[in-house]
Amino acid sequence: MALEKPYLDVPGTTIFDAEQSRKGYHLNQFCMSLMKAENRARFKADERAYLDEWPMTEDQKLAVMARDLNRCIGLGGNIYFLAKIGATDGKSFQQMAGSMTGMTEAEYRDMMISGGRSIEGNRYIGEKK
Amino acid sequence: MSARITASVYTSHVPAIGAAIDLGKTAEPYWQPLFKGYEPAKAWMKAHRPDVIFLVYNDHATAFSLDMIPTFAIGCAAEFKPADEGWGPRPVPVVKGHPELAAHIAHSVIQDDFDLTIVNRMDVDHGLTVPLNLMCGSPEAWPCPVIPFAVNVVQYPVPSGRRCYQLGKAIRKAVESYDEPLNVHIWGTGGMSHQLQGPRAGLINKEFDNAFLDQLIADPEALSRKPHIDYVREAGSEGIELVMWLIARGAMADTPPRVVHRFYHVPASNTAVGNLILENV
Repeated sequence: MALEKPYLDVPGTTIFDAEQSRKGYHLNQFCMSLMKAENRARFKADERAYLDEWPMTEDQKLAVMARDLNRCIGLGGNIYFLAKIGATDGKSFQQMAGSMTGMTEAEYRDMMISGGRSIEGNRYIGEKK
Repeated sequence: MSARITASVYTSHVPAIGAAIDLGKTAEPYWQPLFKGYEPAKAWMKAHRPDVIFLVYNDHATAFSLDMIPTFAIGCAAEFKPADEGWGPRPVPVVKGHPELAAHIAHSVIQDDFDLTIVNRMDVDHGLTVPLNLMCGSPEAWPCPVIPFAVNVVQYPVPSGRRCYQLGKAIRKAVESYDEPLNVHIWGTGGMSHQLQGPRAGLINKEFDNAFLDQLIADPEALSRKPHIDYVREAGSEGIELVMWLIARGAMADTPPRVVHRFYHVPASNTAVGNLILENV
């Protein structure tokens, strides 16, 4: 029997459920390793070599090197884990979140100051705005 | 005389608020309205210092990696260190626990069918330290012992609002069976509406948030039946943190509470900020 996943029709949203967690285990654990200063330094010195120490898929490694957070999430990453990459790069959470929206950093910041992204038109995939 | 829960506090725990405090930016125009909004809460906190704070929060991939994420974890240690979340540890005091009361609550609540994980070593992240700063300012030491209570809201399925609300009731019963006249506050943290991931990042829903606050005060029983999908769709994927507020609300008396303070502000970084104080009468 299929599991109940009522969140699949929410636009622009990937829910980090048990299935995503299974896919992203090594990717997310690589991110966790960046909580140690010496690992951050080693990663920055040679990203590819550092990533090759982890049993991640090639797609996951390329997505990390491209800092493509949407792709990382699609491949099982979770934003709180991926945030460690942003921290290593010296990025704020707002810069990271904004990078997934197709907006510039200034556009995203201005949207938040004006009250954030509206819920109207953003409840269901394919909903008319 | 036994211990009792006299009040509950609800607040967001946005990491950027911690950064603003740590970097001395609280008076900047962006942050000033937010910190001003917490002034009455800080004044109340000074006047109503509890003996223990039972602080419900979530770990953000800090103490718990994907090796293991407990659904409900109670901190029973004597102290908890501020964690290095990737930017270095926050310069805030070490959190002193209350191992005796924590162990008592764990025992009672587990016997009441809630399968808590007992944790004796755990660093605490912004989810716990930012609420302490917002309510207590930046003292040399936190004003009282704190029992950290971590809820999984990161990896789905997370516990339902209903289960959180009923867990709160079990915590109330546990506190009231502790044979020492301790004044206990219970805090529910996280939220309000926000989404940190994907093309829908930046979502804020003021109508949802304010209706949530209204119902949390007046009819938590009905609010506890709100399904997960309503939080995700209406308040953003990270808005699900709000189920933690229902633990604190469930721990309050069944009679209507007194509303001491209510504050709402948008934005703090990516997030809508809410703060509510309820007293048992």
